[in-house]
Amino acid sequence: MPVFDQNGTQVWRRRTGRESLVRWFGWLLGVAVFVYCWQIISASTTWFFVWDAPRIANDIWTRATPPRWEYITQLGRPIWDTLNIATLGTLIALCLAVPVAFLAARNTTPSALFIRPIALLIIVSTRSINSLIWALLLIAIIGPGVFAGVIAIAIRSIGFCAKLLYEAIEEIDQTQVEAITATGASRWQVMAYGIVPQILPAFAGIAVFRWDINIRESTVLGLVGAGGIGLQLSASLSVLAWPQVSLILIVILVAVVVSEWVSAKVRGAII
Amino acid sequence: MSEIRLEDKLGGAWRKPHFIKRPLLRWGLMAGFAAYLVAAFMTIEVDWGRVYEGLDRGAAFVLAFTSPDFVSRASDIWEGLFESIVMTVAASVVGILISIPIGLGAARNIAPLPVYVVCRGIVAVSRALQEIIVAILLVAIFGFGPLAGFLTLSFATIGFLSNLLAEDIEAMDRVQAEAIKASGARWTQWINYGVQPQVMPRLVGLSMYRIDINFRESAILGLVGAGGIGATLNTAFDRYEYDTAAAILILIIGIVMALEYLSGIIRARVQ
Repeated sequence: MPVFDQNGTQVWRRRTGRESLVRWFGWLLGVAVFVYCWQIISASTTWFFVWDAPRIANDIWTRATPPRWEYITQLGRPIWDTLNIATLGTLIALCLAVPVAFLAARNTTPSALFIRPIALLIIVSTRSINSLIWALLLIAIIGPGVFAGVIAIAIRSIGFCAKLLYEAIEEIDQTQVEAITATGASRWQVMAYGIVPQILPAFAGIAVFRWDINIRESTVLGLVGAGGIGLQLSASLSVLAWPQVSLILIVILVAVVVSEWVSAKVRGAII
Repeated sequence: MSEIRLEDKLGGAWRKPHFIKRPLLRWGLMAGFAAYLVAAFMTIEVDWGRVYEGLDRGAAFVLAFTSPDFVSRASDIWEGLFESIVMTVAASVVGILISIPIGLGAARNIAPLPVYVVCRGIVAVSRALQEIIVAILLVAIFGFGPLAGFLTLSFATIGFLSNLLAEDIEAMDRVQAEAIKASGARWTQWINYGVQPQVMPRLVGLSMYRIDINFRESAILGLVGAGGIGATLNTAFDRYEYDTAAAILILIIGIVMALEYLSGIIRARVQ
């Protein structure tokens, strides 16, 4: 504990002199980096627009209120599409994530040297690219529409689900697996009766959690043309129909809140 | 009761217990799900001819990963990537700094009720609105450029980090905080010596995680004109320049992997 003599009395300090010097330089460096970044942002900003922002915001607000409620009759189908994109995407992702997770978990992978790195690469590369980018790519490949959205959501979710699932597999209780093995079970029987029952609650939790996130993501996929309510949003934005935009935003907000509520309820029931 | 059941079951073949125990609920859920799947498949229109045509382009894209083109659009790529990184750094710093007081305010055990309600409200709004939608609105208000992206990411960081920080503070050990209070500490000293040391490791870990997310998100903000690598990526897809797109995606994946590795090291050090 650093204690200093000050006019004969001992004073406690939190850190030694050396520690506080290192910290001081760390902060200095951090502040310098931040100021540099801020200058770059500032240099590529038209400040006139920023000073004008309150007026513009006020203008948009007056245009956007009240929402055009009768437009909601045209939103039924897009909402259904959005739900389909999220649900089917999650289902496909789960089907693909299970084998990847089993290949990536240290205790179930057939080969830690060759197959595990490939599985981890699949996980990291699908996880680090946003579903909007996957959607852009798939639209260029298979054309715009709901199908591209489903596949984009599916690909994006593989990494997420597989990562959480393989961590759950690595944390299982090995004694149960040994007990099943001791009865003379085959490799697949060990999996079905020793491993799967242990990870099933985690699996269900992950599925519902990811479904909730996917509902959020699928609401905006339409911005790049991959179906769902985002299509209506981008159409309304491009014709500056602000009352429709505000209605769509309200619908999206409600969808997000409802899906979060459902997912919290289901996860509460499982765990 | 369980003993009687066991007696009944002795001698019979063992059956695997079901995941959902109530049969009515189980069959109801399965039937409902099957009905939903049928309805979903009926309404999704897939243009299989277009998908089949697209397979060539898909193959071309996959092949592009073997020969990514970093060179011919090098200046665009570096500019976009640099802007993404600048936005990430600045938004993370500002977001973390703002989310700490809001996180303190959103913890029920240290904040008075009015402050708690206000801070929880901010967190709820920030979490319910998606980055890309916030970015659209901010671009409309502040004009194109990285400032809108920076504000979007800061706003999203606040919702994410304050929420988790508040949950962590609510789960902290009261005894330590009370000991500091009993020594006659001011409110700021109480926070600094009683609360902060308990939540610091988790705060650092979460901040690193959020920086990682911010970088990933900054890659798509360009799609709506909020600066960063997204605009370059979008152009590359639009021009079917798959080798350039592959190069950008490889760079994004690489940076995300590096950030994850770095955050792993830092989290291991602070915990």
